Amino acid sequence: MLYSIGKDSSVMVRLAQKAFYPGKIPFPLLHIDTTYKFREMIEFRDRFTAEIGARLIVHTNWKAIQDGANPFRLGTQKCCGLLKTRALLDALQAGGYDAAFGGARRDEEKSRAKERVYSFRDSFGQWDPKNQRPELWNLYNSRVDKGESIRVFPLSNWTELDVWQYIHLENIPIVPLYFAKDREMVVRGGTLIPVEQDIPLLPGERPQMVMCRMRSLGCSPCTGAIRSTADTVPKIIEEMMLFRRSERENRVIDHDQEGSMEIKKREGYF
Amino acid sequence: MATATLPNTADIETFLRQNEEKELLRLSTAGSVDDGKSTLIGRLLYDSKGIYEDQLAAISKDKVDLALVTDGLRAEREQGITIDVAYRYFSTPRRKFIIADTPGHEQYTRNMATGASTANLAIILVDARNGVLAQSRRHAFIASLLGIPHIVVAINKMDLVDFRQDVFDSIQAEFSAFASRLGLDDLYFIPLSALLGDNVVEPSRNMPWYSGQCLLDHLETVPIATDRNLADMRFPVQYVLRPNLDFRGYAGQVASGFIQPGDEVMVLPSRRTSRVRSIVTYDGDLPKAFPPMSVTVTLEHEIDISRGDMLVAPENPPLVDRHIEATVVWMNARPLEPKRQYLLKHTTQQVRASVAAIRHRIEIHGLRHEAAAELKLNEIGAVAIETFRPLYFDPYRRNRATGAFILIDPLTNETVGAGMITGSTERESSGHRVTAEERHARLGHRAAAVWFTGDADEAHALERRLFDGGCVVNVVTSAAMARVSAEAGLISICLGAGDPPDGFVLPEDLEALGIIDGEPFTGGAGI
Repeated sequence: MLYSIGKDSSVMVRLAQKAFYPGKIPFPLLHIDTTYKFREMIEFRDRFTAEIGARLIVHTNWKAIQDGANPFRLGTQKCCGLLKTRALLDALQAGGYDAAFGGARRDEEKSRAKERVYSFRDSFGQWDPKNQRPELWNLYNSRVDKGESIRVFPLSNWTELDVWQYIHLENIPIVPLYFAKDREMVVRGGTLIPVEQDIPLLPGERPQMVMCRMRSLGCSPCTGAIRSTADTVPKIIEEMMLFRRSERENRVIDHDQEGSMEIKKREGYF
Repeated sequence: MATATLPNTADIETFLRQNEEKELLRLSTAGSVDDGKSTLIGRLLYDSKGIYEDQLAAISKDKVDLALVTDGLRAEREQGITIDVAYRYFSTPRRKFIIADTPGHEQYTRNMATGASTANLAIILVDARNGVLAQSRRHAFIASLLGIPHIVVAINKMDLVDFRQDVFDSIQAEFSAFASRLGLDDLYFIPLSALLGDNVVEPSRNMPWYSGQCLLDHLETVPIATDRNLADMRFPVQYVLRPNLDFRGYAGQVASGFIQPGDEVMVLPSRRTSRVRSIVTYDGDLPKAFPPMSVTVTLEHEIDISRGDMLVAPENPPLVDRHIEATVVWMNARPLEPKRQYLLKHTTQQVRASVAAIRHRIEIHGLRHEAAAELKLNEIGAVAIETFRPLYFDPYRRNRATGAFILIDPLTNETVGAGMITGSTERESSGHRVTAEERHARLGHRAAAVWFTGDADEAHALERRLFDGGCVVNVVTSAAMARVSAEAGLISICLGAGDPPDGFVLPEDLEALGIIDGEPFTGGAGI
């Protein structure tokens, strides 16, 4: 199961716990660590997986990092390509996995609306939106040849509200970054960028304390925060319903080019 | 961006409780390219405030083109048409909705079937200017085939026909006549304009003559709770949980009926019986489980059970057979051929299977049965299937969960067909004589000896018409030859004069007697 440490991953882990109860989750959790994740995410990951007794595999594209891959130098597109997409494909290949669970939802982004629950990837890990297997009823076709794989998206039909509601009802632990508090931020082009990972400051920029929270968790240099005072799950839900803004809005990478999520997905990104 | 003031937490708790209890309605939409389907969905999402503002902003910088809200993929934006099944989500204070948006193209039957397979309700769009076109008939047919319980016929673009009631009435009459042959019983007609919003979310001021519900109102209130099969207990085993020596549980999703501790159950295929000891979940044991709950069941006796087995009510078991009859929607460029090997996935089991025979192809516009040696992409036919191991099934009409299957090509691993089981194959002993019914099934029409009193040219013109309509037909000059031909299953046109001899029909009776068109199709239940 691909484990991103985000709220959707937390929900998936809970569903897996329920599905195999009273047994343990029979497969490992795989985290693709770009080394640019928030400190709080890594702390949460290690504590949470230890608590539930899950097996955790962490994979990093160290070669690219040693070659100096970072978002400031390469730009977000190239950086994601190396540290997320490449790293993910390598990790799946190294493990010999023919299937991997992901937490993607169809309501997140336009190109995901046509994603299958069982999404076929060829031996290069690529998704072909024109050539997807028909998916009827709940009869899923999991057949693959050697080298090919299936990404399985159990949360396909969940909405953002469903995810939050479930977290609330089930009391599922999530990374504290989702909750509002005073954080050190740089205000850049209307986006709040957290001061972490030695982010290079542009001329005239100065960090300031801002009451804010993250709506989605990615790498700290590429994840914007929103101004918010929502420090509990019900308040987050309330806020979400008031704002009605898509959660991906604050991820810089989805806006770097028209249809960019679809391009990343064809290449193997989630 | 200013931070909005947050009302107190008690309100949101109330909201969440209500939201949790909301029913979910899954609907499929289908329409031709120009029917305004995407605009209608865009309107539903937009007017019910389901569209996130920034997604809208990314789509269009100036004017909102509602169709672009649903047309996702890059290639499609370039082509300007929707080409696959896209799922959209919205909710109102009364219900949650999932829309499976499918294209209305002739060649995309497979997508429409996919969207329809999980739907409670289908919206069939009709362009008020064009009336009931082939595509609308196709949608209605597929909706009936896939067993969608509720149909809304949305007669769109009423603004372009001056909101006239007579246009609406005549389309309603025409559609109803067609739908009655399909056995569709819950039909609801709504005149609307997706572009202007008339009768979508708000009642139309332009059509005071319409007193029915607007679309959203109907979607929010159509009763769906009773659509589920709660009569026939079926629990296909998905996974055997054996975390330690003291626990042995069978995990799966309840397909139909209720399960309660103490219930007697029979295990298929072994037919051994036991009692339900407990229904185990992460949140504690349950007193009862029903569809669509996923649970783990433990039994009082140690029985060897594996994935693909099924727990059923012993007094009300499903059919168990290796020979089944089914209607198949073919979804692959490589045609379905008799004798080829496929993998058949049904509930939680996957078995090798082959198509024993193609009974007939169903011609989708006139619903005629035609003889066929193969089923091509997007064709629909009745087939006999033989499986390597028995299936435990119910007819699809009675139970969607245990009556549905998919066919997989073992060489390419593609999903190539979707099937709806109609029953077991009735087996005759070998050497049994060919019956009129078998000839009928093979040829797609009944046999007849036709007494024709016109001249030879007229007879051959009739022959041509019938032949082009898919019939096997000849023109003969003696009553004896006509009788022999009819015995062989043909429609035999005999040139004669005066009153018809015994056993002959007149040309004008062909349709009324159900020899051609109409009759062979038995209204859903038989296909």
